[in-house]
Amino acid sequence: MTDANATATLRGGLWDNNPGLVQLLGLCPLLAVSTTLVNGLALGLASLAVMTATSTSSSLLRHWLHPDLRLPVLVLLIASLVTAVDLLFRGWFFELHLELGLFVPLIVTNCVILARAESYAIRVAPAAALADGFAQGLGFAAVLGGLGALRELLGHGSLLQGADRLFGPVAAGWQLQLLPGEHGLLLASLPPGAFFGLALLVALRQRLAQRRRAAAAVPET
Amino acid sequence: MPGIADRRARGLLLLVLLGIVAAAGLSWLQAQTAQRVREHEARLLLERLREVLPPPERFDNQPALDRLLLTDPRLGSKRALPVYRARRNGRPVAAVLTVVASGYVDEIRLLVGIDAGGQLIGVRAIRHRETPGLGDGIDARRSDWIRQFAGHGAGAGLALRRDGGDIDQLSGATITSRAVVKAVRAALAVFAERRAELFASTAGSDGLESPP
Repeated sequence: MTDANATATLRGGLWDNNPGLVQLLGLCPLLAVSTTLVNGLALGLASLAVMTATSTSSSLLRHWLHPDLRLPVLVLLIASLVTAVDLLFRGWFFELHLELGLFVPLIVTNCVILARAESYAIRVAPAAALADGFAQGLGFAAVLGGLGALRELLGHGSLLQGADRLFGPVAAGWQLQLLPGEHGLLLASLPPGAFFGLALLVALRQRLAQRRRAAAAVPET
Repeated sequence: MPGIADRRARGLLLLVLLGIVAAAGLSWLQAQTAQRVREHEARLLLERLREVLPPPERFDNQPALDRLLLTDPRLGSKRALPVYRARRNGRPVAAVLTVVASGYVDEIRLLVGIDAGGQLIGVRAIRHRETPGLGDGIDARRSDWIRQFAGHGAGAGLALRRDGGDIDQLSGATITSRAVVKAVRAALAVFAERRAELFASTAGSDGLESPP
């Protein structure tokens, strides 16, 4: 795989074909867990691990996949890897796992994962599949973290609340109180805030993409 | 290039093998992490109990292990709830009752620490889903509201101000505040009535196992 390909893959996951902002896939965990930056980031990283692992292993198995049995094999693969990540998560990030609760095992229902495995990973070599899974996972984690940061900032006026649960005791003092917390925008913390926040991020991305297209169409004189 | 039937057979074989590998791998991983999870659970329980127990020099047993399961509908659940006992030289020092309050959104699970004389040592919400910014003030990490129960007895003072007591309510969360007060009163009532039973010998203790 060439460097140009790798860059295009990464760009695709983070911007051009971002799972959260463009494909609008996997919105259930995206909306439910993005209450704080740390929660969003934690689920984002777990999804990133699952996506990288499933894309790579689906590509490795691609020569043994019969069309009739492709779906059961991929579903079994994804379910096993999600269970493994869930067990590891619970062993090493126990308090965070308590808070995210059901949403770690529910990564299995995230359609981005099956979509990338089925539409892309089983058609290409493992290196390309790994890059794609990683890029898509990174894009998803970025949106989760970004939405979490936005909601935490508007709702509590802070960032990195509870960082020690993700990064260990070193991070105990990382919380930043940027705005007075008691007058936070309650709506941002409530479920509707997740929809508004995501809509804002989607609109912002569209605007930037449009502006860039317009700039490309009219060559500078 | 293998024939169609061949490929299907290979696919089936893959499915079966993958199932076996996944089952074996996951059981191994679960066995590897089970010990860590148990340690986390025990540590978390200790941390939570410490906040509703007297200072550690006042008792000499391990309350987390000195557990009794109590079934009493007044505690807000038909199921058995754990009670943890603190003793010194075998004599009762304090008990921590688990109580379920019906909050605004969902159940609120509380730990209520009561000393041998029937006074509250502390109350903590250990599980709740109250509205962020309003009812979630019952969480000691979000506000100091729940700390005002310490030192209260079962007297008339243990009620919200608007109900004639001296507990300040959480602004904008009357239902949540009332539910917590009611559950704490229930814990004190059960404690007063079943005190002897609560501190019965450690023979009935069943360690850290979860309730059935």
